[in-house]
Amino acid sequence: MTTLIEVPEAEPGIVAPKSKSKAGGGLGRYIVIRFFLIIPTVFILVTLVFFLMRVIGDPITASQGGRLPPDVLAQRIHDAGYDRPILIQYFEYLGQLITGNFGTTITDRRPVVEVLTTFGAATLELSINALIVALAVGIPFGLIAAQHRDRTPDAFLRFFAILCYATPVFFSGLLLKLTFSVWLGWFPVAGRASTRTELAMSSLEAPSGIYWLDAIRSGNFAALGDIVSHAVLPAIALGLLTAGVFLRLVRTNVIGTLGKDYIEAGRSRGVSEFRLVTKHAYKPALIPIITVMGLQIALMLGGAILTETTFEWKGLGYQLVQYLNARDFVAVQGIVVLLAIIVAVTNFVVDIIAALIDPRVRY
Amino acid sequence: MSTPALTAPRQPLFSRLPVISHLKKSVGLQRGMLIVGVVLSGLFILTSIFAPLLAPYGYSQLSDASGSFPTQQAPSGQHLLGTTVGGYDVLSRVIWGSQTAVTVIIVSVAMSLFLGVALGLLSGYFGGWLDRILVVVADAIYAFPTLLLAIVISIVISRGQSSFWGGIFSCAFSITVVFVPQYFRVIRAETIRLKAEPFVESAKVLGASSIRIIGRHIFKNATRTLPLMFTLNASEAILTLAGLGFLGFGIEPTSAAEWGFDLNKALADTSSGIWWTGVFPGIAIVLTVLGLTLVGESINDLNDPRIRGRKRAGGTPAPGTPAAPTTPSTPAEAGKP
Repeated sequence: MTTLIEVPEAEPGIVAPKSKSKAGGGLGRYIVIRFFLIIPTVFILVTLVFFLMRVIGDPITASQGGRLPPDVLAQRIHDAGYDRPILIQYFEYLGQLITGNFGTTITDRRPVVEVLTTFGAATLELSINALIVALAVGIPFGLIAAQHRDRTPDAFLRFFAILCYATPVFFSGLLLKLTFSVWLGWFPVAGRASTRTELAMSSLEAPSGIYWLDAIRSGNFAALGDIVSHAVLPAIALGLLTAGVFLRLVRTNVIGTLGKDYIEAGRSRGVSEFRLVTKHAYKPALIPIITVMGLQIALMLGGAILTETTFEWKGLGYQLVQYLNARDFVAVQGIVVLLAIIVAVTNFVVDIIAALIDPRVRY
Repeated sequence: MSTPALTAPRQPLFSRLPVISHLKKSVGLQRGMLIVGVVLSGLFILTSIFAPLLAPYGYSQLSDASGSFPTQQAPSGQHLLGTTVGGYDVLSRVIWGSQTAVTVIIVSVAMSLFLGVALGLLSGYFGGWLDRILVVVADAIYAFPTLLLAIVISIVISRGQSSFWGGIFSCAFSITVVFVPQYFRVIRAETIRLKAEPFVESAKVLGASSIRIIGRHIFKNATRTLPLMFTLNASEAILTLAGLGFLGFGIEPTSAAEWGFDLNKALADTSSGIWWTGVFPGIAIVLTVLGLTLVGESINDLNDPRIRGRKRAGGTPAPGTPAAPTTPSTPAEAGKP
């Protein structure tokens, strides 16, 4: 809640265009202001990451140092322009970013944008799956906990929520793998799909990259089964992390709305407790969830890096770790900056959705 | 805030300490959660202090008088929790790991407290362009995935090399950068609220300097929520440390024991059904974070009159009320920060 309110408060003076529309046009103005607030956020992060990564020296020495003779190394540094003053490099980098050029990786000489398009879909798929798990677990359990406030089910569920938060994804992933893949043998140990399915998926024309979507579109149901069985464990591992947050949030908010006068009024008219919770108290409690979901995107991306490493899920996070280990800092910088932009834009979209639902948010 | 404290009889210092005072006004389930949390956190701290006595072997010990340790041995009499691929004793590494975790928590929370509180006070009190810039920067960092930021910082600091203190500081500093915006926000918001309070006004009228007002009048009142933030951030610090270790940015096994690093190594073991290398460090993380979170959550709930248990008629008298009439909504409520 706090975050949403704080963002517009930050700089109302800079952009606020003199809106000509009447009272109803608040939304349009809000969207414009909120959109322009993306720019400083991204700019600060880009600057921060750029200078941090340069503090440790130029990327070529970092990745190739020791492997190449010094004169070749110096030549390559000169060719890439890393021996020029840092400010010139910085402004050049900014210019490149504006034209959509995020650099070329040093180790495998691929444009960072291509890396994103190749592996981004896998991360998106993982996040969607995890979000489904999180919502499916968090909302109903949160309602149950609120309804049985301070009694056994509530105690149990709250403890479960804290446990979800306290368990790092890679540990829950490890436990899930041990139990369901190694001992019970129900699900595959790692990966996004078996080799045959991956081949089938990559031979499709114009694939979306999200495997289950592609499988459904091409009507390949054998592949779909394979994909789902691969997706279950990672989705649970990452989803539970967020489920705990949702559960607590739904609980707190439903308890809050349950104390409102209109609930009391409903109760006095004989509306059943169950209906009060599921119908009357539930909807207003969902608004903060949408807001917090924006924050969760950042948390999920962090979790996705760990989940992908745990399950060898070949997404952006997995790839990022590969580049980190190879000390390819151009790739790391590119991916990090891209992720920063994605997070900023998602937060923007989430804020707009929240504003559409709850008019009080627009200013 | 300060006014009720004047009217109500002052409690002895001991019962005004954060956790103790909360324990007193808790009931039933909430008290149970708080106690479990305190016990777990206490165990964690004790283990870290007495690690040299508790651990059967050193964290990087590979052999003893009877020869080198077997590798990947299942739990047995000699190695209660088994040994790893490298031949380390799992139990010893789990115990020593608590020491690493505590050190990182102390260093990182101390650094972020200092920076975050100082910046928050200055920014909130003076406002102006400094405030605007700091808010935008803090918001930008806050919106960023914490783990990614921690990775970038730890590359910058340690560049992969990691002695014990090098590793500790690079982890702690990465965590600090992530936390400073959170402390900053809370303290700044409180400062802005307090700035409008009559007692600040009267201090100004009396001619107190800005430094004195900030240091004496605002600081004490604005830092009320810090015990809560401390516990919540301590648990997040452990998770970040473990995450960094898991991705290979932690501390070398020969310099210190680190749970996340051990879990990373254990990942390869799972497919062959070796469970003890991963399960025990994992449980250590979960129990520690659980303990700290339970303490933090309970403090949070007890500070919030809307959530606090309602059945407290009789029993404890007045002291419950002055605690926190206007607790600002805490980060815990807005989901994990």
